[in-house]
Amino acid sequence: MYLYDTIDQLLVDQRVEQFRDQVRRRMAGALSEDEFKPLRLMNGLYLQLHAYMLRVAIPYGTLSSDQMRKLVHIAEVYDKGYGHFTTRQNIQFNWPKLEQTPDILAELAAVQMHALQTSGSCIRNVTADQYAGAAAGEVADPRIVAEAIRQWSTLHPEFTFLPRKFKIAVTGSARDRAAVRVHDIGIVIKRNDQGEIGYEIIVGGGLGRTPMIGVKLREFLPERYLLSYLEAVLRVYNQAGRRDNKYKARIKILVHETGGEAFTSLVEAEWEQIRDSAVELPVGEYARIAEFFAPPPFEILSGDDGDYARDRLMDRDFANWARTNVASHKQPGYAIANITLKPEGGIPGDATSEQMDAVATLAEQFSFSEIRVTHEQNLVLPYVRQADLYAVWQTLKRNGLATPNLGLISDIIACPGMDYCGLATARSIPLAQDISKRFADLEQQHHIGELKLKISGCINACGHHHVGHIGILGVDKRGEEFYQITLGGSADEAPSIGKIVGPAVAYDKVVDAIETLTDTYLAIRAGDERFVDTVRRAGVDPFKEALYADH
Amino acid sequence: MPIIKNGAVITDPWIAIADDEPIPVSRPVIVSLARWIAERETLATRNGPIGVRLRSDEHAEDIAADLDHLSLVAIEFPTLGDGRGYTTGRLLRERHGFTGELRAIGKLVRDVFPFLNRCGFDAIEARDDVEAAAWRQAVGAITVTYQNAVNRSTS
Amino acid sequence: MINQVISANRLGDGIVVYLTANGDWSERIANAHVIDGQDRVEAALSQSCDAVKACLIIDPYSIDIDDSDGEIRPTRNRELIRALGPTVRLDIGKQATL
Repeated sequence: MYLYDTIDQLLVDQRVEQFRDQVRRRMAGALSEDEFKPLRLMNGLYLQLHAYMLRVAIPYGTLSSDQMRKLVHIAEVYDKGYGHFTTRQNIQFNWPKLEQTPDILAELAAVQMHALQTSGSCIRNVTADQYAGAAAGEVADPRIVAEAIRQWSTLHPEFTFLPRKFKIAVTGSARDRAAVRVHDIGIVIKRNDQGEIGYEIIVGGGLGRTPMIGVKLREFLPERYLLSYLEAVLRVYNQAGRRDNKYKARIKILVHETGGEAFTSLVEAEWEQIRDSAVELPVGEYARIAEFFAPPPFEILSGDDGDYARDRLMDRDFANWARTNVASHKQPGYAIANITLKPEGGIPGDATSEQMDAVATLAEQFSFSEIRVTHEQNLVLPYVRQADLYAVWQTLKRNGLATPNLGLISDIIACPGMDYCGLATARSIPLAQDISKRFADLEQQHHIGELKLKISGCINACGHHHVGHIGILGVDKRGEEFYQITLGGSADEAPSIGKIVGPAVAYDKVVDAIETLTDTYLAIRAGDERFVDTVRRAGVDPFKEALYADH
Repeated sequence: MPIIKNGAVITDPWIAIADDEPIPVSRPVIVSLARWIAERETLATRNGPIGVRLRSDEHAEDIAADLDHLSLVAIEFPTLGDGRGYTTGRLLRERHGFTGELRAIGKLVRDVFPFLNRCGFDAIEARDDVEAAAWRQAVGAITVTYQNAVNRSTS
Repeated sequence: MINQVISANRLGDGIVVYLTANGDWSERIANAHVIDGQDRVEAALSQSCDAVKACLIIDPYSIDIDDSDGEIRPTRNRELIRALGPTVRLDIGKQATL
């Protein structure tokens, strides 16, 4: 993974001192809250329902064991012994003190971490496929480009006060595990017929109040023009994005109101002026970054491991875990191990400091010290020998990290909701807990098959409910918690926004409603089609009828 | 509010003239874009430096053709969050070759001085004397930059 | 008019606090000064500005409460959770030390 050079390190170190001075001025009254708020947001510090919340960046979801250990330390010393992994591959701490935050940031800087631009109207953490460098079928490791974009977007003097937040995601594979089509800019790395690398550029996707799939601006942008093209997009947005209404300020609104073709023309016209300018990284820089993402020193193994096959035969629990949580690796004899943070009745995405420490140690021993964070609030050990999977699983089991449910209905994405978030209109976590308890039976979960269920506690959609196969949005009706259900959303390479199935349902009816939906699916599915495929084929009507028929 | 120019607080020679005010003879004056467009002929040939003030929703292209007549362009930053002026200033410098004084107007705190500096602003209207005095420290707070920009120096 | 209390967040650590009768800010809603009448609420909010200027608190605002049974209880879910702590972690937040 990328290692800081002196420039990178100096930037984060100086940034810490800059923020320390900003906090000092704030505490002394030399800065008002209105002046201070954008500054603290650009260092990832929110004021939430109970306390401040610090969102630490995990660039493109890649973390080393040492970095994970530092997060453990921060959880234990500065917070309440746990962290929350988010839908943008970051981690959140819910109880930091403002006065201690400069010290927290200094500790992070010591392991090449930061909280730069994880909030605010600026370019946020660039996210990428969590299987980068590990899954087969990858054109190129998306993290190389993601690192280049991270540098280009960090403290960019022109784009630090955009109309609104700006989110970029990259996939290096035709299989989109990074949800690029629902980001402000989505990038798909491709190869043309001549074998050259280039990028499909998609702009104006997003969730929130007005969910939209992005518009393709470029089918194939040659590799060397990436940063200048992004600069052109951002410049058009900075100038023309709406600033009169916070809820209409994202680039997706600008693209939609301007029209896809007209917007593309604006970008292309701007880009023509800068395409060969000094925006691009120096020639050697891409190559230098790419070296950090070279494959780790894999053992040369002949193929699938005999022990792994035998262990699955011998231990049914291990077999169950491997069935969902182990993904195949491009390197013979290796595997990708998924650690779902979705235990039965648990809080999605949360991990205790002990659990994080266990993952750090496992990564050190079995995954070349590397860990990934997924936008579905899970963790990944990307480089595990098949022969080691059983040992890995046993340690995961001891630490409550072996829930065998990746991609199943209990692998729920949920935002923190009204239990933590100042913006929420309803709670989301208790609902996730109740649903996971109702569907605890593993055989039943497998009978249902792949089902991505996502819960948001408000219209800002941080739980990505619009792109859930089942999406749930918490709303407030006369002071009571009600939940609106959507069906058929998807964030992958065949993206779709979920359709509302009917009127919102009261809290105490939601779990039954979900079961009605899965029962309906099981009754009408054709062959082994997934839940989302059945919704696409049969429409929402059968589900609507089942849910609202006897009212 | 004090004006910092090239890192030092100056006595401002410029006067901002409202759209309906008469223009004093020979003093350096700043007028709105609307007035410049309306009275271009007389203003361009007046005896004395002329500057134009752009609102945050006015663009570099609106004034680009006239830069040869202007000694100063002032760009408004009505709130901290309105970042359009950074693009406007940068384009005036880089694309349109403006070499006169590029001034950022607003109650600007030291935390934005580095961004303004790097986008080519050489004059800044600071929130107060305390912020103005912090220019050097603010601009030098982070001495490394990732991007090429108009001004790569941090001092 | 419904009874109200004034709430804010402490600047230094972000913790939720409530305005007491003697002008302090307490972490416990039980210690909050119950205010009735719009003009008294406005007076309390304006008094809170001093605490903002003194860099003690941020964003003071008034919340509806019900104290008919002697215990101060916010009427809105959000404020109830804010007064106690996350409903999904009864071991942390104010509720854990009540």
